[in-house]
Amino acid sequence: MSVLVYTESEQGKFKKVAFEVASYAKAVADQMGTTVTAVTVNAGDSSELGSYGVDKVLNINNGDLDKFNAAAYASAIEQAAKQEGSKVVVLSSSADSKYLAPLVAIGLDAGYASNVVEAPSSTAPFTVKRTAFTNKAFNVTSIDTDVKVVGVSKNAFGLVESSGNAASEDFAPAISASGVTVQSVDKATDKVTIADAEIVVSGGRGLKGPENWGMVEELADVLGAATACSKPVSDLGWRPHSEHVGQTGKPVASNLYIAIGISGAIQHLAGINSSKVKVVINTDPEAPFFKAADYGVVGDAFEVVPTLIEKLKAFKAQNA
Amino acid sequence: MKILVCISHVPDTTSKINFTEGDTKFDTNGVQFVINPNDEFGLTRAMWFKEKQGANVTVVNVGGPETEPTLRKALAIGADAAIRVNTQAKDGVQVAKELANVVNEGGYDLVIAGRESIDYNGGMVPGMLAALTNANFVTNCISLEVDGTNATAMREIDGGKETVATSLPLIIGGQKGLVEESDLRIPNMRGIMMARQKPLSVVEPTNAAAETNSVKFEKPAPKGAVTLVDADNIDQLVSLLHNEAKVI
Repeated sequence: MSVLVYTESEQGKFKKVAFEVASYAKAVADQMGTTVTAVTVNAGDSSELGSYGVDKVLNINNGDLDKFNAAAYASAIEQAAKQEGSKVVVLSSSADSKYLAPLVAIGLDAGYASNVVEAPSSTAPFTVKRTAFTNKAFNVTSIDTDVKVVGVSKNAFGLVESSGNAASEDFAPAISASGVTVQSVDKATDKVTIADAEIVVSGGRGLKGPENWGMVEELADVLGAATACSKPVSDLGWRPHSEHVGQTGKPVASNLYIAIGISGAIQHLAGINSSKVKVVINTDPEAPFFKAADYGVVGDAFEVVPTLIEKLKAFKAQNA
Repeated sequence: MKILVCISHVPDTTSKINFTEGDTKFDTNGVQFVINPNDEFGLTRAMWFKEKQGANVTVVNVGGPETEPTLRKALAIGADAAIRVNTQAKDGVQVAKELANVVNEGGYDLVIAGRESIDYNGGMVPGMLAALTNANFVTNCISLEVDGTNATAMREIDGGKETVATSLPLIIGGQKGLVEESDLRIPNMRGIMMARQKPLSVVEPTNAAAETNSVKFEKPAPKGAVTLVDADNIDQLVSLLHNEAKVI
């Protein structure tokens, strides 16, 4: 009956979203009067999960799962859910979890709600609030099947620490061959990704050309932030598509989003709306972004940004 | 190669989102509907397979008669035929089951859907369709090549991309990158005229059941006013971010 949560790791370390989905699973389990079981894949030491409400961990250690494979991982999660008799399966909104979630839902005959931002308002009927219309609205949805799959939005529920110990068990699901084989992975390991970043620094057409991105990158470096850009910038080829944030690009749900030279078209704002604190730097005081931001500086980015970098460096030195 | 491209009929990206009937229904008043952008990248890639590899391209939508102009637009862009499954879309699994029926009946080698629609953002139809039809599946797909029955695809992952080898039958969750924005096609007059002659068949649904139910919609709480900081006083911005917003 326990709530099952898939806690993702990378190279033997849990991702931050693993603790967030564990916290969410704990909230659901409390409402339903049951416990939380986590499933991990090649995660190494899983005792940390106890601090986020996990009672039991099913550790899968299988070299065949070193590379992510949606069908194989989904099958492993389904087998864990069946073994535990779980009625609720909690997943994150990482690219990998969103890939496997629909497969798990079909495998378990479970209704699936993605992009969920709050703990269920009721567990019978099981009712959750999720984002829709690319963050322009919320949709309250009930999941009416016996087993439910919930995909939790990043940075929406947050981390909730609790005191507890997670008992650890080995789990060896049957893994069948998949028709999709990873040939190569191209991932910068020294850069913060938009998906994981606490802070995102984003540039728009106001920066005039790709040669001016040095200061955006430097600001990101000082803040330990990821870099992003608006749609026109990626369409012009100034920055790679992978940095495009907005309605048709990546969604951003960071703690702090700094927009430099971005006017704030409705499609852009939709994509970054889930960020907690928004700062805009723009020469045009009429730019729509000022209506969506928490803090704004009306000024020339080429003067404001270097000053901000300098002030932040001084701040970091003081608070180090 | 027989290709099926799944087309969602969605509000244009500039639409203001409002609700009616006690916040239970999307207000379509004054809203322009378009091909879901993620689907349009897939449709354009399908056109490439049609022109270079002789593929046959059918587009499909699950929806009422009001979605037909969107299907006609896909035909005007160059698809060979269209299918409308005559039922209102209720949730992801219902749509996936209706599409699975179309896929099984039509024997398609490759199905391209968008990774998610920009209205409900469920992001589940392509994956569910793959699970229901036992096909291989790659989502967040940013490049796709097919050679015989073998396929090579690139998938965007958090912080990078990965290349995978797979084979037909294959379901793709597509997005920008599958083709470039500049490759997207605006239907020309000839295409629009030809689209009128192309078959648009209406098929009756299997009446697959929904598993989730939309209770109501809410709009985000209105935002407070922006705090403006003078460009000559950036110290204040740093201080606000640290002491008030507590994000640095």
